[in-house]
Amino acid sequence: MLVFGFWTTKICNTRSTQQNRNVLFCLKKDPFPGEAPIPQKQLQKFQRGKKCKVPAGARERLKEAIAISEAMSEHAQKQAARYDLLLPEDAGFLEGDEDEDTNTISQADIADAVDITSGSKYFNLHLSQFGPYRLDYSRTGRNLLVGGKKGHVACIDWQTKDLKCEMNVMETVNDVKWLHTEAMFAVAQKRWLYIYDSKGVELHCVKKFNDVLRMQFLPYHFLLATASATGFLQYLDVSIGKEVAAICTKMGRLDVMAQNPHNAVIHLGHPNGTVSLWSPNQKESLVKMLCHRGAVRSLAVDKTGTYMVTSGLDRKLKVYDIRAFKPLHSCFLPAGASCLSLSQRGLLSAATGEIVQVYQNVLGSNPVSKPYMAHRLRGQIWGLAYCPFEDVLGIGHGEGFTSMIVPGAGEPNFDALDTNPYRSHKQRQEWEVKALLEKVQPELIGLDPGQLSKVDQASFEQRHKEQIEALGFDPLAKDKFKPKTKKKGRSSAGAIEKRKRKVAHEDQRDEIRQSVQERTEREKELKEKSNEKKLGNKSTLDRFRK
Amino acid sequence: MAPDEEELSINEQAISASEDEEGSDDERKHKKLLEAIGSMGGRKRKKQNERSEASVQVSEYFVNAEGTGDKVNLSDLLGTVEKTSGASNKTKKQLRNLQSSKETLELPLNKQQTEKIQRGIAYEKTTAEVSCWKNIILQNQKAEQMVFPLNQESSGPKRVEQVVAGWKVQTPLEQEIFRLLHGSRQPVNDPVLTPVEEQSLKAMSLEEAKIRRAELQKARALQSYYEAKAKREKKIKSKKYHKVQNKAKRKDFLKQFDEMVKTNPEGALEELKKMELSRMEERMSLKHQNSGKWAKSKAIMAKYDDSARKAMQEQLQMNKDLTQKMVVPSDDEHESIEEGLETVPDFVNDPETVIDPVNPWMRGQLTHEEPEVSCVTAEEVQTAEEENEEEEIIGEFERKRKLRQADEEDLIPTEEEQPASEVVEEDVVEVSDKEEEDEDEEEDVSEFNTLFRLMRSEKTREGSNQTRGGLNTAGEEDEEGLLSEGQIRVRSIEDLEVLDEVVEPRAIEEPSAPQTAAAEATSEPPHKKKREINLKEVLTKEAKAVRLPFLPTVVDEEERDEQISIIKEAFAGDDVISDFIKDKSRQEAAGRPAVVDLTLPGWGEWGGVGLKPPRWKRKRFRIKTAPPPPRQDQKLPDVIISEKRTASVASHQVSQLPFPFQNTAQFESSIRTPIGSTWNTQTVVKNMTKPKVVTKLGAIIEPMVKEDFIKSKTTAAGGKGAAIMLGENRRAKEGTKRSAEKHRGRRSQKRKK
Repeated sequence: MLVFGFWTTKICNTRSTQQNRNVLFCLKKDPFPGEAPIPQKQLQKFQRGKKCKVPAGARERLKEAIAISEAMSEHAQKQAARYDLLLPEDAGFLEGDEDEDTNTISQADIADAVDITSGSKYFNLHLSQFGPYRLDYSRTGRNLLVGGKKGHVACIDWQTKDLKCEMNVMETVNDVKWLHTEAMFAVAQKRWLYIYDSKGVELHCVKKFNDVLRMQFLPYHFLLATASATGFLQYLDVSIGKEVAAICTKMGRLDVMAQNPHNAVIHLGHPNGTVSLWSPNQKESLVKMLCHRGAVRSLAVDKTGTYMVTSGLDRKLKVYDIRAFKPLHSCFLPAGASCLSLSQRGLLSAATGEIVQVYQNVLGSNPVSKPYMAHRLRGQIWGLAYCPFEDVLGIGHGEGFTSMIVPGAGEPNFDALDTNPYRSHKQRQEWEVKALLEKVQPELIGLDPGQLSKVDQASFEQRHKEQIEALGFDPLAKDKFKPKTKKKGRSSAGAIEKRKRKVAHEDQRDEIRQSVQERTEREKELKEKSNEKKLGNKSTLDRFRK
Repeated sequence: MAPDEEELSINEQAISASEDEEGSDDERKHKKLLEAIGSMGGRKRKKQNERSEASVQVSEYFVNAEGTGDKVNLSDLLGTVEKTSGASNKTKKQLRNLQSSKETLELPLNKQQTEKIQRGIAYEKTTAEVSCWKNIILQNQKAEQMVFPLNQESSGPKRVEQVVAGWKVQTPLEQEIFRLLHGSRQPVNDPVLTPVEEQSLKAMSLEEAKIRRAELQKARALQSYYEAKAKREKKIKSKKYHKVQNKAKRKDFLKQFDEMVKTNPEGALEELKKMELSRMEERMSLKHQNSGKWAKSKAIMAKYDDSARKAMQEQLQMNKDLTQKMVVPSDDEHESIEEGLETVPDFVNDPETVIDPVNPWMRGQLTHEEPEVSCVTAEEVQTAEEENEEEEIIGEFERKRKLRQADEEDLIPTEEEQPASEVVEEDVVEVSDKEEEDEDEEEDVSEFNTLFRLMRSEKTREGSNQTRGGLNTAGEEDEEGLLSEGQIRVRSIEDLEVLDEVVEPRAIEEPSAPQTAAAEATSEPPHKKKREINLKEVLTKEAKAVRLPFLPTVVDEEERDEQISIIKEAFAGDDVISDFIKDKSRQEAAGRPAVVDLTLPGWGEWGGVGLKPPRWKRKRFRIKTAPPPPRQDQKLPDVIISEKRTASVASHQVSQLPFPFQNTAQFESSIRTPIGSTWNTQTVVKNMTKPKVVTKLGAIIEPMVKEDFIKSKTTAAGGKGAAIMLGENRRAKEGTKRSAEKHRGRRSQKRKK
């Protein structure tokens, strides 16, 4: 009971404090009630598709379903727009003084002007011995892979200038490509495709892939797409080590290749001026477009999958809208572009002879006027690639490798869960597992990446036909009639044959029976009609008939 | 057939009686006769005797049924009632009322109809009953998430009002207090606790949590180490090792038992009982009786093989040991020692505890036969050797442990701010502790936790005994030091004990090392950077030298024309465009459905070479299919788009529109928002992918009862009210009371009417 007395007093105390608090609340008022408003522009950025309106006279369940889904998507959109605050980095560009073209500013000047770390991003590697270099940056932008024509392969952590491995494969190297992590890379050598680890140890020699000239890696599908001199486009699933598809393009030597990062479609350029689009699911090209009068020399597709830039032997540079397959604009380059590359922010770099030119605002309707930046090198340019998340353009040429500063090229905000340039060893392992779990199957590659979220409206017959094709037999087909075995000599061959004949063509017979019946009915009707007609020839005495 | 015969006899009697009466009329006779005959038929039909009222005509032979058809009126009966004085006025009045009313009761309905009506009523009732579930079911169907069991009480401490709400007064004192309370209108209602207070109540205090965490951590660590040790020891295959181990164990057990006898006689008794049990078991079984297969084989070998003989003897010895009856209270070897303790003076006891209990010679109790003695002596030597080895091993362990401890102690003084003397003293305490622990080490894992607690208590006790008051406070500090735990790597159980003393200073010391390491790490990169800059400087020098005006990038009109002409020349040979157009037309043609020609030349007419089927026939037998939908590249001359359907995606697509949706657009828009974490924030992903049904692990999910969703009703029907009612609850109850009163009032009014 004592205890009881105690808690009653306590209650009294709390009550008084609450009253005090209430008084405080009364005094203070929230000047900004409710949630913080989100600017319309940000909301627009995360709008996904059109809102669905509830049709008039819809059932209750439908109304609810639509309302719930709409509320959910709106909530998601709002939250995403809110979190957009967390991507504060912005890209800037090089701006010249009055009457000064930005393309006349030399790399050395830029390197001097910027801070030391950024300045160190402009450097040259003198590798004149092993011929023109191909290059590839890893997806995080930390590591650089260079492969010389004459067999020199090296991977470098280019920011710390830490040489990971260096070797000479003693064979012609056509192309080099990082696989999903910095731990592995593929080298297209004279005959076969080889896969090495980051220390330069040969992991695989894939003999199914021969005479590979160009490679592309599809990171979300774990597919290595290769284009060979024999005209084969092959897909290698690097997660399971299986060849997913091998397509004979029948287009001759394939030495121009690009991927569309939006829908993982491979673009190939051909000597007859066409560019063809491929997926591993179709033996023929998805789209074939005539782009140039001469052979296509180089290709590049932008990150959003909206624009494609091509350059051909006719010295033209063309920009296409590949959603509508329409050319936007084209221009002449004096020497024609041998290599093209698009940065994450849409800067186009074109290698014309020994000069690398960078163009701004190419993607869009306004035509190209003059380059944003330019840089002269020694020797033929063989490879061009922008470093992801950095304002750096890597150039592989006859005299080695040059890293060039291009302000405003890289995406300033990275998705740390997807590609984190600063990730640790453990994070990489974690990411690898997650990426493998989220691996997109190669069947889903197509022109429209949103195809999966659409209802398949094919007819039953069509689907049935496809099913038969896929399975190799008709799952709905009727079983063939099998007569029962009977005893006492009734299962003799003759008897079985008789029984079979009884059932044979049962379907056909049904049809015939039906058609006969219909015909007889029709005839009957006709007869009746004709009878009526006959009766129609009335004589004058017919009126006396009853 | 006994009753029938009786009947017959009765009838015969009747007949005979009628014959006696000569004057009676014939008709009646005849009738009787017929009846008699009818009854003779053997049927058991009993004719109901006619019952009639008293009438005017009274005959001695029969009763007259004259007034049977007439109805008796109420008035006939009432007349007499009116006159009788005994009947009460009330009944008279009622009867008079009845008389005045003209209404008659309706006939009861037949069975089918009544049943139908009953069914109808029952249906209505059940529908009413069931339909009250309708809302809740719909609600549950629509609910985005269901959490089972449905009425979960929140974990953690409850609010006082919640706890007390259901409590009823029982004792008169309580009743009095409550009367006072309610009389004085104590503010018992409204939220007694503010939400903040509630939260604070829910949360454990920080210190408490820390203590608990530390304790748990320690226990876990200890357990894991012990388990690891046990595992490792279990793995050891050496028989000798196990022998030594077992012996040591036994010895320890003996020691413990001795202590137990002194300190905890009840526990010792229990142990004794256990031993008795083991003895019984041994006596029951044939184990160690040298009667098994193995023993037989050994018996054959015993003649020639010394070791086999020894093994057999060991077995027998084991049996004897186990079956030895306890003298006075005990019999087992441990008991014998105990007995020795009690009977023999201490100086005799001392060496005996050390000596191998297996050796009967040394026990002062001769149980073996004479011939066995010779081999036993041989055994004795070996066991003595083993003993020595064992002791050596243990000694070595001790030395190693001490060394390790010393190492740690060396580390500690530099870190600790306590005077060195105290540390030394602590050391002493630890060593003594170690010995105790050693004894306990071999216990089972299951007993581990209790043991651990015991040891701790012992240690603290001893610490207080051996050290000064100052150290005592230090010990307390150590206890507190447990709370702020850092990362300490413990290598063994012994270390763990040390841990208790050392936790705090080490916890402080640990982080400092990584910091210095980090500082070193940060100091390194600048060197590298310097190198970079050097490299760059070298490279840029060259770049400066190659500053050239670039070629014009965009070409003038004239130049362009020129170039076009050049290109035309260059590509004069291969006509790219015409090739492409051909390709496209081929594709289009392939896409178009072919016309099926079923004409059979020569069928129904003249045939032969050079004869064409007539026009009507071609028209009749050529089947044209509907043209396909227009090609996607119809308006794009320089593009060929493949019209092939991609079947690979189709197998993953939705092929039938799901239920509530009326068209594909609605469905597609409903799934247009991705639910992956790549596109959404974490909260949204969680919200979107939350499970439809959540169940609590291990909780029983009871079927839903009405009370779950109709709470107000149940509270109203709560019967005897609780002593304490709080806030809304009370108000609700008052409301119900009021309403109940109203109801009663109405009812009474009705009655009045």
